[in-house]
Amino acid sequence: MAVNTDAVGKQFPPVTYAVGREKVREFARAVGETEPLYLDVEAARAAGYRDVVAPPMFAVVYAMPALAPAMVDPEVGIDFSRLLHGGQEFVWRRLVVAGDEITTTAELVEVSERAGNGFYTFETRSVDQEGAEVCVGRWMNVVRAA
Amino acid sequence: MEIPMLKVTPDRYLTVRYAGASGDFNPIHIDEEFARSVGLPGRILHGLWMMAQCARAQTEAAGDPAALRRLDVTFRGMGVPEAELTVTSTVREERDGVATVDIVVEQNGRAIIRKAEAEVAVGGG
Repeated sequence: MAVNTDAVGKQFPPVTYAVGREKVREFARAVGETEPLYLDVEAARAAGYRDVVAPPMFAVVYAMPALAPAMVDPEVGIDFSRLLHGGQEFVWRRLVVAGDEITTTAELVEVSERAGNGFYTFETRSVDQEGAEVCVGRWMNVVRAA
Repeated sequence: MEIPMLKVTPDRYLTVRYAGASGDFNPIHIDEEFARSVGLPGRILHGLWMMAQCARAQTEAAGDPAALRRLDVTFRGMGVPEAELTVTSTVREERDGVATVDIVVEQNGRAIIRKAEAEVAVGGG
């Protein structure tokens, strides 16, 4: 399989995600969290947060609306029927709380080929409503050889 | 710093709840027939849900979600519902208030995440 590297460096339009209290709770429960900061507004406020705290892995939720269009972009050319999630990295700068508005920009940073498999790495950079960086993600996708 | 082993058994419908919570509705996670049609043993767990168990092991040990600074995971195997996962975390080094942790996730005697690394602030750092 010949991978197309023409789109490396392509940046995709920023998308803003409004973090909702019940979405944070739904996500926290789905990943088995019992930490009161994620579930209980009073506990979060007592600890100095404005509202419930999003678990760090909630980055998946606020970054995905910016990443999804990048992954289906015809110039990138990912074959979804052979797609696997190969790896994931997040670097967190600060916690996100319900009420934050997080804006994420996605970029295709690397495309390569090994043993017929295509490797597509995207980077997402998420900032809060004040423009402060909250999380950087690296999403490594593998398109298996045909 | 020691990080206790985390054990979790995803129930039969966990992947459906996580799909809704995360927005990842890839049918390989929620549709048994579809998963088999593309050569999988059946519905598989979301890799990012397994990664969230790695994150939870760190933040529960630290007692503070803000302590988790970085998590880097390579997905090598497939997890399935209705079997226990164990998340084993080993502190490799502690320097300048940050622990570097190696993490392995196993299920049915196989490592399904073999290469994962976290950076966790220790001692309120």
